[in-house]
Amino acid sequence: MEQDRSLVSITTKDACVDFPIFDAKSRSLKKTVIGLVGGNIETAAKVPVIEALRDISLNLEHGARVGLVGHNGAGKSTLLRLLAGIYEPTRGVADVRGRVAPVFDLGVGMDPEISGLENIIVRGLFLGMTRKEMEERIDDIAEFTELGDFLRMPLRTYSTGMRIRLALGVVTSIDPEILILDEGIGAVDAAFLHKSKKRLAELVERSGLLVFASHSDEFLRDLCDTAIWMEHGRIRKQGEIGEVLQAYKGRTE
Amino acid sequence: MAVTAVALGVLYAGLFGNDLSVQLPYILVGFIVWGFISGCINEGSEVFISNEGLIRQLPAPLSVHVYRLVWRQVLFFAHNLIVYVVMLVVFPQPLNWGSLLALPAFVLLTVNGAWVALLLGIVTTRFRDLLPITQSMVQLLFFLTPIVWIYQDLLDNAAVSARARLVEFNPLLHFIEFIRQPMLGQPQHLRHWIVVLVITVVGWALTLFALRRYRSRVAYWV
Repeated sequence: MEQDRSLVSITTKDACVDFPIFDAKSRSLKKTVIGLVGGNIETAAKVPVIEALRDISLNLEHGARVGLVGHNGAGKSTLLRLLAGIYEPTRGVADVRGRVAPVFDLGVGMDPEISGLENIIVRGLFLGMTRKEMEERIDDIAEFTELGDFLRMPLRTYSTGMRIRLALGVVTSIDPEILILDEGIGAVDAAFLHKSKKRLAELVERSGLLVFASHSDEFLRDLCDTAIWMEHGRIRKQGEIGEVLQAYKGRTE
Repeated sequence: MAVTAVALGVLYAGLFGNDLSVQLPYILVGFIVWGFISGCINEGSEVFISNEGLIRQLPAPLSVHVYRLVWRQVLFFAHNLIVYVVMLVVFPQPLNWGSLLALPAFVLLTVNGAWVALLLGIVTTRFRDLLPITQSMVQLLFFLTPIVWIYQDLLDNAAVSARARLVEFNPLLHFIEFIRQPMLGQPQHLRHWIVVLVITVVGWALTLFALRRYRSRVAYWV
């Protein structure tokens, strides 16, 4: 199953992502049909559209470590979803080669009713690992999370912090070809942060390709060597990390 | 489920003046099959809406969510078969080799459950007002389909037999009958199989077309 590493790549050409903004009216089949019958097509068919991404042309090869910066709403998360293959571009092309492990929300796919150990397996499967690979990693994850016997308890008995530890433990144990990280990884308590940083760095080291969106300069400089500055859904600047961060800071201050 | 089926069996056996040993197995098997069908329709109509989190976070094919749904319904069905086995002990049925046809029939039923869930899932994600509509439709279909009432009895009744024939237009009749008849060891009719096979082919063709066209849009709609 393992693909040739050199085949890992993300290429997009003039990719655009438009979101239709449905309101109660355009969500309704009844209203849509009545609108058609009334000869009122012009206004009935007009759903407002948000142009979330405009003309994104990128070429990321194996070994790329790309940071994403930009204001809230600049299109960072949408771009990550495009690169992960979750959103197909409305226009243009996006070609993603390689096994993608997207991490937007640490806890997605976790079931509160089953135990921590079972959740490790399930979460791993969602990240594209196999059951066997996850079973080999359980000891490592258990040690990292310091949860001990709690791993045998159902997830609903965990505190928020414990959940984050478990999720982070799983996420940082995987072996991705393409790693897509969204901000929010930093939301861990300070003592644990140091430990997870090291694991995160190791994870990035193992992955073939990294795209990482964050507001933290420190994190970005640690993990990435190039960066993309997003503004209003377009690529404003792309280049070496220090350069882009400096331009971004200069602009915002 | 068993309690409802038994209670309805007793009630309708009384109402229609049928023998309990006929009416009860009929209703029970009808209920088990209906549970699967209505599960696929009801859950299918919200399959993408309820998996919104996963769809927006993982680049997985949409059909994964549908397979999970259908598999869950298969497990429910298998679970309910225990009631069927108990019923066989209490009211033995004239099972024969033809009863084995219930197995391919069930396979066909799951294949149909998958397309129904996929297609309904796509449409209801776009048009949210369809969700309450499908749910009341399912309830209506329960009464329109011979689950608690016996189709044959109405045909034998000269006063309503002409109207009763209209139920042949209800596709669910065929889905229920082509499993229930072998499970109760009754004589089987080829026409149920033909209708089901035609629906399977047409349904999947329609669904694949919708999937081709709107697959990539679902992530935007949820």
